[in-house]
Amino acid sequence: MERVVVSMQDPDQGVKMRSQRLLVTVIPHAVTGSDVVQWLAQKFCVSEEEALHLGAVLVQHGYIYPLRDPRSLMLRPDETPYRFQTPYFWTSTLWPAAELDYAIYLAKKNIRKRGTLVDYEKDCYDRLHKKINHAWDLVLMQAREQLRAAKQRRKGDRLVIACQEQTYWLVNRPPPRAPNVLEQGPGRGSCAASRVLMTKSADFYKREIEYFRKALGRTRVKSSICLEAYLSFCGQRGPHDPLVSGCLPSNPWISDDDAYWVMNAPTVAAPTKLRVERWGFSFRELLEDPVGRAHFMDFLGKEFSGENLSFWEACEELRYGAQAQVPTLVDAVYEQFLAPGAARWVNIDSRTMEQTLEGLHQPHRYVLDDAQLHIYMLMKKDSYPRFLKSDMYKGLLAEAGIPLETKRRVFPFMWRPRHSSPSPALLPTPVEPTAACGLGGGDGVA
Amino acid sequence: MCDQTFLVNVFGSCDKCFKQRALRPVFKKSQQLSYCSTCAEIMATEGLHENETLASLKSEAEKVQKKKAKRHCFVLHQVAERVEALGQFVMKTRRTLKGHGNKVLCMDWCKDKRRIVSSSQVCHEHAVTMPCTWVMACAYAPSGCAIACGGLDNKCSVYPLTFDKNENMAAKKKSVAMHTNYLSACSFTNSDMQILTASGDGTCALWDVESGQLLQSFHGHGADVLCLDLAPSETGNTFVSGGCDKKAMVWDMRSGQCVQAFETHESDINSVRYYPSGDAFASGSDDATCRLYDLRADREVAIYSKESIIFGASSVDFSLSGRLLFAGYNDYTINVWDVLKGSRVSILFGHENRVSTLRVSPDGTAFCSGSWDHTLRVRGMVFCFPVCERREDG
Repeated sequence: MERVVVSMQDPDQGVKMRSQRLLVTVIPHAVTGSDVVQWLAQKFCVSEEEALHLGAVLVQHGYIYPLRDPRSLMLRPDETPYRFQTPYFWTSTLWPAAELDYAIYLAKKNIRKRGTLVDYEKDCYDRLHKKINHAWDLVLMQAREQLRAAKQRRKGDRLVIACQEQTYWLVNRPPPRAPNVLEQGPGRGSCAASRVLMTKSADFYKREIEYFRKALGRTRVKSSICLEAYLSFCGQRGPHDPLVSGCLPSNPWISDDDAYWVMNAPTVAAPTKLRVERWGFSFRELLEDPVGRAHFMDFLGKEFSGENLSFWEACEELRYGAQAQVPTLVDAVYEQFLAPGAARWVNIDSRTMEQTLEGLHQPHRYVLDDAQLHIYMLMKKDSYPRFLKSDMYKGLLAEAGIPLETKRRVFPFMWRPRHSSPSPALLPTPVEPTAACGLGGGDGVA
Repeated sequence: MCDQTFLVNVFGSCDKCFKQRALRPVFKKSQQLSYCSTCAEIMATEGLHENETLASLKSEAEKVQKKKAKRHCFVLHQVAERVEALGQFVMKTRRTLKGHGNKVLCMDWCKDKRRIVSSSQVCHEHAVTMPCTWVMACAYAPSGCAIACGGLDNKCSVYPLTFDKNENMAAKKKSVAMHTNYLSACSFTNSDMQILTASGDGTCALWDVESGQLLQSFHGHGADVLCLDLAPSETGNTFVSGGCDKKAMVWDMRSGQCVQAFETHESDINSVRYYPSGDAFASGSDDATCRLYDLRADREVAIYSKESIIFGASSVDFSLSGRLLFAGYNDYTINVWDVLKGSRVSILFGHENRVSTLRVSPDGTAFCSGSWDHTLRVRGMVFCFPVCERREDG
């Protein structure tokens, strides 16, 4: 932030400074709110609104203070005069603002203005009085001395110093309802105090060398190819992104109309065209969509390879299931899919099968990973492309409709009562598509 | 007000040579010892072979590092020149959720696209009082039947959701993860049964919810880990984490090893999020920039920054297609970036204090931002003006 403020004070390119008239005194080096906003907008090529916001943030942190109404730290984009805070008081110096200093400041205010402390200041004053009672004489004495020294300065300077101090304390001891800009989240260990590399020993460098050598040896794709991939991904998904291209019939958050959600519910009999198109983008998209997965299961059933998908699903369940169930699940999978002569035997190449059977002696949740990957690749390279070319898929694509856009209501302030949607916690747990029977065309499993 | 740490010079007897000297704290195999300065120097040169000196090792490390950095000088926006520019967006706040009595620290969407869990001192909607002051992480289970949250209490607790008014939710709480420092982020994997957590003690860990058992732990960060995100990949085995040591590291969940690391940020990384295709991820940091890192090319490919943005980014998220990157900043604003072109699409105001968390809904229809001004705002797109002339906006 300092960078911005310093560049603002630059005599040639900074904000235009003038001497301002404030009541009777003349204050040099003051700037108007509107000048600040305009300069910010010009320098950073941003809109007025953003420049105003940035300026307001600077004021809130105490880098610029208002001369006329120092009680509230706001930036007004008009003729209100402002001045730059002296670096002595900058928040980044991170001085702990001591209680004693605050007491002296309040005492000064008390004495000078004959008791015109604002409410919260009065409370603080009383509290401090109780807390540092023993040093109260010191406080009062300091306050009186400072006031006497100030009287010997010019009125302009006095006013400036008073405003500076007031701003400093407004930032460091904000009134009860104002946001405290100095508040930080819970403390973090910074990297300067990192425990792991306390001394840059030989060990550390050896590890670094090994790491970089490994990184060099890693197969990497040319960045031009990767970047092209992003372009094609964004281009392909652009029409499917509600925030980029809008959604039909209408965005439920904007129009308060649930139709979009109803049409795109996880299990719906007639998926929309966009959704069916998405199944063609990648195998993962197809599997992630319950309706898509059900249709794919149907298709596999016709080709007599439905057990592949079931095996894959069972492996997923094992991988993400509870630790306690791992042994039972592994046994169940073995019985159903891997044992010779099993009911739904999956066709895995012999090497993977051998390795898997070995690993089954010590079952852990990743023991079926190799087999799962093999089957997944099989489905992806073989069954999936055939599914996309099949009549079934083409039929689905033709049937799926594009919902009409809802007409904008003539009276937009017809208030629809908003009902809260039923929480998934209330719904009875849906029956998982079991291995034995496939779902017929999304027949609405409750 | 501000914490000041001092390097205390203790005078005493060195743990190695037992002479009375000024001592420095030194860490050897994660055990703290006090060595005098001579012994510390000697320890630094331990493990050297002949012909190696500390300086030669250092220069070799730097050489290899430079070789790695030299490859491929393409940056994303160069390639994206020919892509059509996005129109001008108008986003409006559609819902403002006020219910927290305190700063909102974290939020997550439920898979049904309509519900949100958010945390500060009180969990929203099912008011559960947590016995600690800052609840910095919360997550919705994929089934929508449970939530997990944690913070300064060093634990991650899972609460099953119930609508029975007579049930005391806090009574059913299950404490799953135990760390030695605060919990900064947590997330369920593909099911309700496993949780991945990141903590201020520099480690991430994978836990089994049912038994509370630690399944895998991930060591490698040099400082607090602040954020994590699971990869949306087919094999579902990796996740990325970002920390105060300015590094973003990609981990293999099965082996616990760090697969890749990226260190180009200049300050703490507050938030990481994967690109929808899983080939890249974006990170937002206290140095006021967001960066996109490609996993296959193994390097940073884009920086999203502007001179007028001087506050750090606290959270980032992608839209469904990955074309837009939403980033919430500590100067109370949200900036929307065009991922491909690297330019800012729009800036959103509305919050009165720093934006602490931001997530796009699972179906991409809206995004929600939570802030220290005690509110959450859900925003959707109202209009998109097509481009008719070039606007000079950074």
